[in-house]
Amino acid sequence: MNILVCISSVPDTTSKINFTNNNQEFDTNGVTFIINPYDEFCLTKAIFLKEQSSDPLNCTITVLHIGTSSSDPILRKALAIGADKAVRIDQVPQNSKVVANNIFDYYSKNSFDLIFCGKESIDYNGGQVPGLLAAKINAPFINGCVGLELKNNSIEVKREVDSGHEISECNLPAVIAGQKGLVEEKDLRIPSMRGIMTARTKPLQVINSNIEITETFKITTNSKPVERSECKIIDEENIEKLVDLLSNEAKVI
Amino acid sequence: MSVLTIVENWEGNFKKTSFESVSYAKKIAEKHKTNLTVISFGSSNMNELANYGADNIINIENTSCEKTPNSLIAKICSKIINDYNLETIIVSNTNFGKSIAPLISEMADTGLFSNAVEQPVETAPLTIKCKAFSGKAFAQYESSYKKNIITILPNAIGQISEIKGEGEITNFSNTDIEDDNKLKIKSLDKTNEKISLTEADIVVSAGRGLKNAENWNMIEDLASELGAATACSKPVSDMGWRPHSEHVGQTGIAINPTLYIAIGISGAIQHLAGVSGSKNIVVINTDPEAPFFKAANYGIVGDAFTVVPKFINALKNHNN
Ligand SMILES: Cc1cc2nc3c(=O)[nH]c(=O)nc-3n(C[C@H](O)[C@H](O)[C@H](O)COP(=O)(O)OP(=O)(O)OC[C@H]3O[C@@H](n4cnc5c(N)ncnc54)[C@H](O)[C@@H]3O)c2cc1C
Ligand SMILES: Nc1ncnc2c1ncn2[C@@H]1O[C@H](COP(=O)(O)O)[C@@H](O)[C@H]1O
Repeated sequence: MNILVCISSVPDTTSKINFTNNNQEFDTNGVTFIINPYDEFCLTKAIFLKEQSSDPLNCTITVLHIGTSSSDPILRKALAIGADKAVRIDQVPQNSKVVANNIFDYYSKNSFDLIFCGKESIDYNGGQVPGLLAAKINAPFINGCVGLELKNNSIEVKREVDSGHEISECNLPAVIAGQKGLVEEKDLRIPSMRGIMTARTKPLQVINSNIEITETFKITTNSKPVERSECKIIDEENIEKLVDLLSNEAKVI
Repeated sequence: MSVLTIVENWEGNFKKTSFESVSYAKKIAEKHKTNLTVISFGSSNMNELANYGADNIINIENTSCEKTPNSLIAKICSKIINDYNLETIIVSNTNFGKSIAPLISEMADTGLFSNAVEQPVETAPLTIKCKAFSGKAFAQYESSYKKNIITILPNAIGQISEIKGEGEITNFSNTDIEDDNKLKIKSLDKTNEKISLTEADIVVSAGRGLKNAENWNMIEDLASELGAATACSKPVSDMGWRPHSEHVGQTGIAINPTLYIAIGISGAIQHLAGVSGSKNIVVINTDPEAPFFKAANYGIVGDAFTVVPKFINALKNHNN
């Protein structure tokens, strides 16, 4: 079985978000980049599937990233966690269409049974790439996936829908947009010393992109939310005051 | 420019987010002096859509939001978009909208804006401000696609206005579009019987300060007094005190209600990311130095176990 895990590189969740160049660009100054958290759940699930398969040696996990060499550390980390192979397509991930086109190009030249993406990147929160990709491949798309079980040549999947959970079944290949639930937080792996050492011997392949960068969809400017005015502290002995403020000042109750 | 909204219903009843997207789309249509078309899947209450501005309602027969796979819904919508040459397509960024929008974007070759927070800044080229960095910032995108899909952030675009439309209904029966993806929906378990978190106007949320799962009774009581949905911080759902579906924040659900009440939550940056879009925030915490106070409109420095019961009483008196 061949599993593809698409990973994006995002600012660490503790990052303060600032912009430079007249609000045109994200300020990377002092920001640490990490594997998008949703993608890490997917990678761990892929490792579980490999470990549980009847023939682990015939199961390959490839992590794929579209980006510049600044992302190589997160690819190394993915290898140290347990991916067999990392591939970076050397192109600026201009927009979701460019990313999806690159992934599709790579998918078409190789063969994969399962394609994992995170349900969204925590930077621009598009949640676009997996759906675009599924439509390109014309494969089943399981968005917001919180459970997956392999059954011969099909999978049973559980996902979050607006009213609760949906269980469905589909054939492979399939595109999974995953999140926590595929595996739990405690299952996430911290790279061991051995993992880090063996990662050095695993391939990190850099390939050129065949996709043309288009400017058909782009960010023109960024901004930050307006600061909240000073917090009004209300004495707990005078809680009626809070009710009054919520009712007459904020007008929300 | 022609405008389309795709609306969602559960068991035939439209969601608040559906009226929100119809209302948002109608404003765009009016600006361009054009009609608003709405696609609906097997609801019998379609006239309700006219109250928010639907002029033409296309009812897709023999389908439903619950039982029809997303890919088939997307194929049907793409066909209609092409047949009627619809250019601006509005969907709410609910789980349903998030799933169908990128599929349609690929099938009908459109630009795709996710999580719009306001009306377009510009219509040629289409330019819209969208939520980014889980609420820590906004990004303004510009598209040079002829057709575009806009998913709007639930609860963010402000008032839903009632603008009467014609409400003419056409039935579309899907006989020739097939879904070859072979996704079989086997079952649906409805867990969210209560008010859905993303749609709720008021959310009562609690954190590790509550000490254990049993103490959520008073949180539930407060929520029911306010007609609110309940939420929690990440460690609370990690420890299994509350279901994962209630976890809000950067890696949980992002919400922007009119009122967010945070009880025994410290206000870590990852928590704030998912709730900072709330129009009003009340914080109840024993620690006056808790970072959440810096992000709040109203605060009470005190013990949740004494403050919450008092708060419930005061609300009861107010409601009487
Ligand atoms: C990658 C990553 C992603 C994350 N994503 C999220 C996310 O999406 N959402 C999220 O919430 N967190 C997230 N976190 C965790 C976040 O960093 C914090 O650890 C978490 O939000 C803290 O939860 P808490 O406020 O409930 O608990 P604590 O930080 O322990 O705070 C408890 C608070 O309760 C107060 N308190 C104690 N007793 C009482 C009492 N009797 N009455 C009133 N107040 C009391 C304390 O003063 C304290 O401020 C993430 C962390 C990481 C590393
Ligand atoms: N530059 C990228 N390279 C590889 N995969 C990506 C990239 N950007 C996004 N993805 C994948 O698509 C998912 C959703 O991203 P997005 O559509 O950007 O919110 C991510 O969780 C990744 O799995």
